[in-house]
Amino acid sequence: MPNMSLKKNEMPVQDPQVRNHNFNEVALGYTEEQALDEAARCLNCKNKPCVGECPVAIDIPGFIAKIREKDYEGAYQIINRSSSLPAVCGRVCPQETQCESKCVRGIKGEPVAIGRLERFVADWHNAHATEKAQAPESNGHKVAIVGAGPSGLTCAGDLAKMGYQVSVFEALHLAGGVLVYGIPEFRLPKAIVQKEVDTLKELGVKVETNTVIGRTLTIDELFEDGFEAVFIGSGAGLPRFMNIPGENLKGVYSANEFLTRVNLMKAYRDGSSTPIQHAKNVAVVGGGNVAMDAARCAKRLGAENVYIVYRRSEAEMPARAEEVEHAKEEGIIFKVLTNPTEILGDEHKFVSGMKCVEMELGEPDESGRRRPVVKPDSEFLLDVDCVVMSIGTSPNPLIRNTTKGLETNRRGCIVTEEETGLTSREGVYAGGDAVTGAATVILAMGAGKKAAKAIDEYIRSK
Amino acid sequence: MYQIIEKRELNPTVTLMKVKAPLVAKKAEPGQFIILRVDENGERIPLTVADYDREAGLVTIIFQIVGATTEKLNHLQQGEYIHDFVGPLGVPSHVEGLKKVAVIGGGVGCAIAYPIAKKLQKLGAEVHSVVGFRNQDLVILEEEFKAVSDKFVLMSDDGSCGEKGLVTDALKKLIESGEQYDEVIAIGPLVMMKFVCLLTKEYNIKTMVSMNPIMIDGTGMCGGCRLTVGGETKFACVDGPDFDGHLVDFDEAMERASMYKPFERHQHEETCNLFKKEVQA
Repeated sequence: MPNMSLKKNEMPVQDPQVRNHNFNEVALGYTEEQALDEAARCLNCKNKPCVGECPVAIDIPGFIAKIREKDYEGAYQIINRSSSLPAVCGRVCPQETQCESKCVRGIKGEPVAIGRLERFVADWHNAHATEKAQAPESNGHKVAIVGAGPSGLTCAGDLAKMGYQVSVFEALHLAGGVLVYGIPEFRLPKAIVQKEVDTLKELGVKVETNTVIGRTLTIDELFEDGFEAVFIGSGAGLPRFMNIPGENLKGVYSANEFLTRVNLMKAYRDGSSTPIQHAKNVAVVGGGNVAMDAARCAKRLGAENVYIVYRRSEAEMPARAEEVEHAKEEGIIFKVLTNPTEILGDEHKFVSGMKCVEMELGEPDESGRRRPVVKPDSEFLLDVDCVVMSIGTSPNPLIRNTTKGLETNRRGCIVTEEETGLTSREGVYAGGDAVTGAATVILAMGAGKKAAKAIDEYIRSK
Repeated sequence: MYQIIEKRELNPTVTLMKVKAPLVAKKAEPGQFIILRVDENGERIPLTVADYDREAGLVTIIFQIVGATTEKLNHLQQGEYIHDFVGPLGVPSHVEGLKKVAVIGGGVGCAIAYPIAKKLQKLGAEVHSVVGFRNQDLVILEEEFKAVSDKFVLMSDDGSCGEKGLVTDALKKLIESGEQYDEVIAIGPLVMMKFVCLLTKEYNIKTMVSMNPIMIDGTGMCGGCRLTVGGETKFACVDGPDFDGHLVDFDEAMERASMYKPFERHQHEETCNLFKKEVQA
């Protein structure tokens, strides 16, 4: 008999007033009891609407049924068939707009907490599984992956499982892409990412760090080196700025720089050799998940007041509701319908304040969201000594500038076939933010998965 | 891990290292840079490529000991390893087609100016090198410069070697004496590059400078290295590091370079104390 409670089992979390002073994980994960109770809410419906909403089509009712049987390893194996990074997705996927959005239980009441259950299963596996992943017999074909982020790692994992010899080339000194430089420790512990990368290595995937494709090696050289296909998952790493006066003052960061210093370079730890400003009052400009991450990091670094400055209203914010909620609980102050016009500096060129104007919502723009327009005579000064610009990123031009015949669109994104990820170059596939512009981890993974399938078909048909 | 094949002290504060990095050596061109991390917990710092040997797979770096990281780097011995070493990054210097060039080097900046002078000479250009140091003890690459220069002028702040004065004094003299340069290439401390540019602007001589701001990834990701060039924001790592010096906002660049000064000083002292303890133990 299913558990007919209308509400999900709540996720145990660290107390907001404690966690906003540490970098430990915020959400603590279900206990076995909670997981069993939650799993019992799944009706195991025949048409499985949840699966259709998952970019990697995990057999969701299937793994939940295994949880009910207390066969957690079995549940993990079901997820693992479709996803190379279960512990990551269970934490950072926007389930509310994907699998959980179509859950039948959500029609009356709350949907099944699919994400939390996925995380439970993955964490159980990581804590209990002793068997190493086995590298399958090699089929002798070499594939190169550019970028060790979510799309690249997924593509690498799928191809390795099929027997391909896969090399992943990563520009930074550590694999993981946005999972290690962008998403903070308190949302996604780096040990978990490392574990997923280690699993790929057990499958035989080679990870070549410190290798910038487009500089150290080019795509053409990869083919000369005997790779039969290349997947480009180089992400959207180029930060945008607002082009307002004062943006080059000391204390103005791109979200990428701020988060990279904190996450990848561990600037939050005593003894890290990478510095970061410990500001008193911080404004984070933007309303996405990255902005929430930056704001929550700033708070943890000891800032007294941290503001989210966003030009539209909260309803238009692209960040996940859960992230906004968590940020508010931690004391982040939301200044919505507010837009910066100038950053002011002191005599030493450090940030001393930010001029803003109030906005109101007008007619819908091309994005379908109501366009923010300036409210007359609404200028005011926000007292801050640090500003983090989190208004989006674009794909890095390095690969498109060094790869002849690789078609890109006017936003700099690589043009691909929707179903396969094939680019305008034979044997070259692409996916993730390099194709879509900044999007989510799971969409990138879905693209990596599709490309792996297409690459396999391409090489076998040669 | 990247092995240090050769290590040489050029002066008490400047060290040369040849590092085994075949992929970087294969591609490196003058003007490009690498990023390294000394150890697992190290910060990422950019250093310009001073030379390379494609056959042997070696990349030469020359660095001045200015902070904790360069102190730690200098502590590594021949045969030991640098944890991370990535490159070549940035756009190579454009020197093709130049007929007559004044190459100006200041202090450790000479390490970056030298491979450019060398390449210019190889391409058949007339090269006049003007190099400046605070004093005689700090002089580096004198013989190397002489070997690739048609004219060589050594300057020192205190007159302990070469002529007493600044590189700008020597450059002005050369220009005033009728030397006509297609281009001036100036590499050294920001303040030196600023004043070279102010001078060459008077004579309307195109001047390229090499910027070395604070950066993390070196691939365009962080934007920490941004500077204003001709009123536009540029990233030194992907748009540079070479820029038209007459368009660079040097005052802003100098301010930005001082962002973490107190932290850096503290870190350096800590590192030095650590090494002192090691020696005592």
